Amino acid sequence: MTQRVEIQGLTKYFGDNLVLDSVDLSVGIHEVICLIGASGSGKSTLLRCINRLVEYDSGTILLDGVNVEDESLPQNQLRKRIGIVFQAYNLFPHMTVLDNITLAPRKVHGLGKEETESRAHELLDLFEIGSYADSYPDRLSGGQQQRVAIVRAMATNPDVLLLDEVTAALDPELIGGVLSVIRDLKTAGMTMIIVTHEMGFARDVADRVCFLDAGRILEEAPPNKLFSDPENPRTRQFLQRIIEAGRL
Amino acid sequence: MTEERSAPARRTRNARDRWIPVLASVVSTGVVFGLAAWWITSSEFWPAVQRQFFSGEAIRESFPAVLRGFWLNIRIWVIAEIFILGLSLILALMRSFTGPIAAPFRFFAIAYIDLLRGIPALLLILLLGFGVPALQLPGLPRGAIFWGTVAMILGYSAYTAEVYRSGMEAVHDGQRAAARALGLSQWQTMRYAIVPQAIRNVLPALLNGAVSLQKDVALLSVIGVREAVREAQIYTARTFNYSSLIAAALLFLIASVPLARLTDRYARRDQERRLQRTL
Repeated sequence: MTQRVEIQGLTKYFGDNLVLDSVDLSVGIHEVICLIGASGSGKSTLLRCINRLVEYDSGTILLDGVNVEDESLPQNQLRKRIGIVFQAYNLFPHMTVLDNITLAPRKVHGLGKEETESRAHELLDLFEIGSYADSYPDRLSGGQQQRVAIVRAMATNPDVLLLDEVTAALDPELIGGVLSVIRDLKTAGMTMIIVTHEMGFARDVADRVCFLDAGRILEEAPPNKLFSDPENPRTRQFLQRIIEAGRL
Repeated sequence: MTEERSAPARRTRNARDRWIPVLASVVSTGVVFGLAAWWITSSEFWPAVQRQFFSGEAIRESFPAVLRGFWLNIRIWVIAEIFILGLSLILALMRSFTGPIAAPFRFFAIAYIDLLRGIPALLLILLLGFGVPALQLPGLPRGAIFWGTVAMILGYSAYTAEVYRSGMEAVHDGQRAAARALGLSQWQTMRYAIVPQAIRNVLPALLNGAVSLQKDVALLSVIGVREAVREAQIYTARTFNYSSLIAAALLFLIASVPLARLTDRYARRDQERRLQRTL
């Protein structure tokens, strides 16, 4: 069976700094992978290599069996199939919520205004932010903005959704709403790669959890195994600190 | 027993506290300007200068011609500003595109901006205003107004391109990443995500540039364009009275002060907006 995303020997340097060291990872269709690890362990860089926001040095990334660097798969075509949501939302502040969401479907996918707007309204209603369609992002709370960002990424019907610490910038009371949206997406069968510091959430939503350290995946296991019986001493140390900080 | 709660006390200021600061500013302003006026008028040549520069009669007499000239200033200003805003945006975009195919455009934009920013506006006006018509190339206009305006456009667009570019660079990197990640091309990213925000960032600077251009149109007097300053000089040459220059100065002030206020107001509003966003 072909994997949705197949990463082999992925290596990336920033200057002399090795941030990804021969990473292998495969993600099946409908699978949800959580990447955990300390800041600077390479989690975000790994995500950004997949949609080529970051160019890597060696290794291959296959999307449905096709190399993402293949000439036959232009960058914009690739990005149509991969959605990404950032920690800082990165909504366009000069556009209404609706325009933020319909921009890519209209300008990149060439769909009509009415079609894209009705789809956008559908998604906004689904995520309980339908009344904000005509507002500008700075009128919304952080949690609402992040949900809009998720809708924006979903509006192009991507095959994979990448989530980069999407709750890290939110007030604690707003995190729940965003996480429940992601749970809904899992139920709907979305393939996702999630970088997160919310261990409880990772345990709950992930099919597999990968622990990254110094640019390598040190341990990869189902959440129950990884969180309760980690094999690698480095993983144990990391989880111990998380527990001490009261975050698990 | 419940007692109705009265509103908490606020600081009260009596009439004395309120009026003393106002009085102090009126007095200090009066003293400073009064001293300056006394110092200037105490010069034994003041009556002569007053006759030469501030003659009401001469101002009235020269006014129609100066005003006619000023109308030309305004027209040149508006037309030049329109071209400057367009041309400089194109230059800034050319400079910002990456990739080997865009290289010649990028190189052209850099060379253009370096070259034209490095030449004083006055020199550019003299070179184009006298030089190009002397070539007598068929098909090209030879008027001083035309070439003077072209010189203003070329010089100012180099500056304004840098203003736009700073505005584009001030847009957060995450915006570019978000646009690119949605599949937008480099051009679409600029068109829909970066440029609209960049223009909002630099609007006060663009307005400042417009105020500055409005005054610099007076430089075209050196190549014989009969704008306000030129008309004033013509009056001066005929009557040996410089009051016409004061008439021209007043007209420039009437046009530029409201624009400056507008710029301030926009800049303040913009700052409030940003402050609100960071809170």
